[in-house]
Amino acid sequence: MMTGGSTDPDHASARAQAIAEALARLGEPITEAQAREFAGGQVCDCQEGMFALAPTRRGLLGGVGLVAAVGATAMLPRATFAKAPPGAVEYQVPNDPTKEPGRLMGADGGYGSRSQFETEVRWVNPTRTASFTPLQASYGTVTPSGLHYERHHGGIPNIDPARHRLIIHGMVDRPIKYSLADLKRFPTVSRTYFLECSGTTGSEIMKAREPTAQRTHGLVSTSEWTGVPLSTLLKQTGLKPGAAWVLAEGSDAAVMTRSVPIDKCLSDAIIVFAQNGEAIRPEQGYPMRLFLPGWEGNISIKWLRRLEVSDKPFYTREETSKYTDLITKTGKARIFTFTMEAKSVITFPSGEMNLPGPGFYEITGLAWSGRGKIARVEISADGGKSWSLAALQDPVLPICQTRFRFPWIWDGKPAVIQSRATDETGYSQPTHHQLVDERGPLESGPLFYHMNAIQSWAIAADGSVRNVHPFG
Amino acid sequence: MCIRLGDVFASSGTKTHRPKSGRWHELAVDLAQAACPTTLLSAAIPPSQRRVVAAFIAGVLAFALPTGLVRAQGYPAKYDFGSTATEQEIAAVAIAVPADGKGLPPGKGDYAPGKTVYETACTACHGTDLKGVAALPDMPSGAALRLVGGRGTLASRNPVVTVESYWPYATTLFDYVRRAMPFSAPGSLSNDEVYAVTAYILAEGNIIDKATVLDAATLPKVKMPNREGFIPDPRPELFK
Repeated sequence: MMTGGSTDPDHASARAQAIAEALARLGEPITEAQAREFAGGQVCDCQEGMFALAPTRRGLLGGVGLVAAVGATAMLPRATFAKAPPGAVEYQVPNDPTKEPGRLMGADGGYGSRSQFETEVRWVNPTRTASFTPLQASYGTVTPSGLHYERHHGGIPNIDPARHRLIIHGMVDRPIKYSLADLKRFPTVSRTYFLECSGTTGSEIMKAREPTAQRTHGLVSTSEWTGVPLSTLLKQTGLKPGAAWVLAEGSDAAVMTRSVPIDKCLSDAIIVFAQNGEAIRPEQGYPMRLFLPGWEGNISIKWLRRLEVSDKPFYTREETSKYTDLITKTGKARIFTFTMEAKSVITFPSGEMNLPGPGFYEITGLAWSGRGKIARVEISADGGKSWSLAALQDPVLPICQTRFRFPWIWDGKPAVIQSRATDETGYSQPTHHQLVDERGPLESGPLFYHMNAIQSWAIAADGSVRNVHPFG
Repeated sequence: MCIRLGDVFASSGTKTHRPKSGRWHELAVDLAQAACPTTLLSAAIPPSQRRVVAAFIAGVLAFALPTGLVRAQGYPAKYDFGSTATEQEIAAVAIAVPADGKGLPPGKGDYAPGKTVYETACTACHGTDLKGVAALPDMPSGAALRLVGGRGTLASRNPVVTVESYWPYATTLFDYVRRAMPFSAPGSLSNDEVYAVTAYILAEGNIIDKATVLDAATLPKVKMPNREGFIPDPRPELFK
């Protein structure tokens, strides 16, 4: 009965290839079991409820002659891990979609999926400690929740929100515990902010290592985040004199902890429970996370279970042995380096793409700054010798990725394209040379955190695009 | 006796006198009701004029609401959501140990039992030599697993960052091991075992001697080699 599938064998095989490539982009080879997991189901259609379909299906088959007329196969999802890309469901492709009714609403179980022809996925690094947003295939500024970058320190915990509590205690007048339901009763705010790992592009400081914008810059994403201002919650507990830091702690296997200055907690910090209009994703901290706008991602503790108000920082592992910036010029390390500074990357054209020939191209990309709005983005097509202003797509929001565009005629000769962002404080993206001059070279060992140098993509005469580095 | 606006409208017998739409009007009616004792609506007003007066007041209130009365109602400073966290509930999760050692649990441990803990719980990733096992699947790279060595390398192109060469506080080692190690069974070590394996690692790093017993009193006093190695964030670096 479930015999759908493309009727065009060439097309089907091309797509199977695209899906295989998408799965390969996830990083390390995956097992068949994992592939099934990614696809969200199994081949067998005997498993009632695998797409929460049972009631719908009975409803569909229960009556109408329409079903018989078009055949159930056209309307029901066919989950085949080998054919449907992650996040998609395989449906039959008719020869002419205007000559038969499309599938009925509800066939997806009430929660939609993307087209079975779209294959972009997060790339998982070989150590499976981080996954990267496919920036080179991004549009606009908001990252789909399923493509938001991830960085975990002890895996993704599976948390029942009914059992989860956030406890605020320490130097407070009254320690309080909140359930998710309690939290949702407070007045909320929604803000569109970028989130970036402090290690993004760190491995690129001395040479070009990664081939694509996803793998160089993909540890940054943007979502609309909704939650309760932390200041509201701290007003409920009260603060004792001398309160200066707040320890935030997650409910994951790393019991991840960071110390946050109280000023940030009382200004724009949010306890977030929603992302892009729905509950925050498990990999982003479900059921609730801390969100500290403009600061390095790891301090926005996910799966937040506890906030302890103190008069000093705790010097946790994640703010001493990790996420401190070793300045190899002196051997001293910068500690509590919170802000993500102005940065940008051209997403088209970018690494591993191929331009079909000389002519018009719209160069586009993303710029962002943890210090506020992007004031301008300049584009160079001659490796930084000359610069021209790019257009910024409205709205330009503070602490949010901003899309820039620049019309360009490629003459077919080798070119190096770059973008340079400047934020509203006047801070401009530095070069690799400037950063290394300031902080010292770093070949191996700890990561070069807060690396925001200008990215270069070289376009060869044959139209191929690759990551290049000013150090040669 | 006070006349309630709702009664006035209700007694009209038709719905035409009731404001047809708009929450402001309805709010105005509610507020007028709440304010009833002090309004002009009193028994002194002849019944024939009550509807007119009530409608007038509702109109005035409706006009005033967007700029005044709703804001005065505003957001409260305090909410009664959530409940007081008890000492037991806090104690169950408050495991963080700051640099001064406050909150360190009872118990103690030294090198010899620490070696046993290390060999059973730690070597698979950190190696028998404490220098990390390279190329483990699904784990951070070997460098992140290295615990000892590296002194004198921080001001170089290839710094070796370890507990011995880099970590500023011994309390952090205790805290991290207790909360997150061993990787496959976090939080499974007893306090004595955590003190002991902390002592083992610090002794292997030549920071304490093998006879040192670590407990809540002695651990915070351990002076780490890179204690003075950290500086505040000087950014933004303004490049010319």
